[in-house]
Amino acid sequence: MLSIRNLHATADGKSILKGINLEVPAGEVHAIMGPNGSGKSTLSHVLAGRDGYEITEGKVTFDGESLLEKKPEDRARAGVFLAFQYPVELPGVSNVYFLKAALNAVRKARGEDPLDAMDFMKLAREKAKLVELDDGLVKRAVNAGFSGGEKKRNEIFQMAMLEPKLAILDETDSGLDIDALATVSKGVNALRDKARSMLIITHYQRLLDYIVPDVVHVLVNGQIARTGDKELAKELEAKGYAEFTGRAVS
Amino acid sequence: MSSTDQIQDRLSQEYDAGFVTDIEQDFAPPGLSEDIIRFISAKKKEPEWLLEYRLKAYRLWTEMTEPVWPKLKIAPVDYQGISYYAAPKEGPKSLDEVDPEILETFEKLGIPLHERAALAGVAVDAVFDSVSVATTFKGKLAEMGVIFCSFSEAVENHPDLIKKYLGSVVPSTDNFYAALNAAVFTDGSFVYIPKGVRCPMELSTYFRINAANTGQFERTLIIADEGSHVSYLEGCTAPMRDENQLHAAVVELVAHKDAEIKYSTVQNWYPGNKDGVGGIYNFVTKRGICEGANSKISWTQVETGSSITWKYPSCILKGDGSVGEFFSVAISNNYQQADTGTKMIHLGCNTKSTIVSKGITAGHGQQTYRGSVRIGKNAENARNYTQCDSLLLGDTCGAHTIPYVEVKNKSSTLEHEATTSKIGDDQLFYCRQRGLSEEDAVNLIVNGFCKEVLKELPMEFAVEAQKLLEVSLEGAVG
Repeated sequence: MLSIRNLHATADGKSILKGINLEVPAGEVHAIMGPNGSGKSTLSHVLAGRDGYEITEGKVTFDGESLLEKKPEDRARAGVFLAFQYPVELPGVSNVYFLKAALNAVRKARGEDPLDAMDFMKLAREKAKLVELDDGLVKRAVNAGFSGGEKKRNEIFQMAMLEPKLAILDETDSGLDIDALATVSKGVNALRDKARSMLIITHYQRLLDYIVPDVVHVLVNGQIARTGDKELAKELEAKGYAEFTGRAVS
Repeated sequence: MSSTDQIQDRLSQEYDAGFVTDIEQDFAPPGLSEDIIRFISAKKKEPEWLLEYRLKAYRLWTEMTEPVWPKLKIAPVDYQGISYYAAPKEGPKSLDEVDPEILETFEKLGIPLHERAALAGVAVDAVFDSVSVATTFKGKLAEMGVIFCSFSEAVENHPDLIKKYLGSVVPSTDNFYAALNAAVFTDGSFVYIPKGVRCPMELSTYFRINAANTGQFERTLIIADEGSHVSYLEGCTAPMRDENQLHAAVVELVAHKDAEIKYSTVQNWYPGNKDGVGGIYNFVTKRGICEGANSKISWTQVETGSSITWKYPSCILKGDGSVGEFFSVAISNNYQQADTGTKMIHLGCNTKSTIVSKGITAGHGQQTYRGSVRIGKNAENARNYTQCDSLLLGDTCGAHTIPYVEVKNKSSTLEHEATTSKIGDDQLFYCRQRGLSEEDAVNLIVNGFCKEVLKELPMEFAVEAQKLLEVSLEGAVG
């Protein structure tokens, strides 16, 4: 599904990713943990195609196709979804209208007919239940005036609507209280599928109690320092990242 | 490339109304003097009182100076270099006699003037340079007592109404451009809706500047008698020319007791090229008076064109319980400048006004919202709500908000909300990450931003306006 080979990236001339190798097969959930500044968010941005990064070396293939030359919208249409750490507000643009335009753009790329308003609303109501997003929020302007928890639930709602092949969750747990965390996680778990891969980026092991990963990677100083199973996350929680940062930072 | 660079990159916008019509025209020699005014008045076979009105305004104008308070950089206008009268040589008697070249011009602009081809439910007065060339559905409207004709015809056929109302809302003394207009206005539209009549169709005037080295100085007067209702729309375009052309219009609205006037503008004057060369100076005075109790005047404007816009459609809320509204979307792209807003003057009790202004700036555009809300000492329980939002595309443009408030009555309530936001790289990336193209993303965000105003436009024109917004911002992001 997703294959990252020796990926190097810089931002403003500063080297951030320094040779990442990562394989995420279809249906697997991989967690990427690491201290602040290790390059976690950069990795998610580079995969989604955000401006401001220069790829200096390496290759990323998704579904057998090279990903890095594609425009962000083409990556999205090919099935890459990024749940933002800080979801963006779009004042005046209703969630429903926004998502309908997005879904139909993605459907078009898949060779499917656009959904009409009726079918779309039916689908939206069904998917909104997954993350307990009420009708009011579904119809409001995208993220405008949403609480932190509502924004994150809205991200997962969008993911449920767009049915991506690869979902990248960038610190989806940040700013969530324990109840919201449970709701969001429940939504994510409901979307686990053998055809869908997930890359879960987080600081804390806490999230991984709810969304149990198949594989855990530790990202330190722009490189994967260690890979293990879910027990690795628990170990990190107990010992912190000192062991890695001590070794990786000279 | 960041999207800010891309914004710069694709700032080439297409203006598709920029063609010139080649017809024989009558011109006044360039320059302004009492003789020129006598020439215009004679050309139009005007009565003596109107010539006197013009001359009086002209003498006032010579004593006046251009306003310097707007936040605009205006290259000096050579008032003696402009021709104040340009008219097609063949004066048409009826629709069938209109020069085919002119009909074709309007057709190209999407305004067919043959009634059989005309937009259903919309009557049109077409003004070409200095004169009205055609008015559609006149007969049908006359059956209901509605008068819809060119200003010149109104002077000839309804002199009492013109005498009574001309200058009653915007006197010649009002400002420099209003005085100039009063001296040299050539044509425009006149509307009278009789008591209790709900005008059965949208009335619309389409203004076209064609000739070079001329200005357009039209005058519009709309009177809604007691309990009547009318919805009126104006549209405007001009050819692409390298020199700036002056458009200084005056619009006066009078709403009597329980009457309602809805006035919508889709302004698409030539904005100049991407380097800011050429374009129309749109210096317009628009004002309505809610004369009678419970009357209502509503201004809706979509301003996408002109190199410089200076206009403040306003309401004098004199009748008790009268209502004034102002809904505006203004776009300034490339080197366009706009200083626009409204004045709401509350004189009667329980008067209410709403202002919603949406400014969009891109490229090197500069825009100022300038609004004034005045509550008089007798305006018990007056209420005003003002909202002005600015949206910036890129980081080389500017948006400014200058509200003036003057309250002389303690029982009144005023609310003011203002926001400034940027179409950020974040927003664009967010939309694109969900599968939308960059252009769709910009349109989505702009339309979301303008929605409150666009929904106020008559249905027939809302789609048009939406398209115009897209064209105006074409190339604003890349």
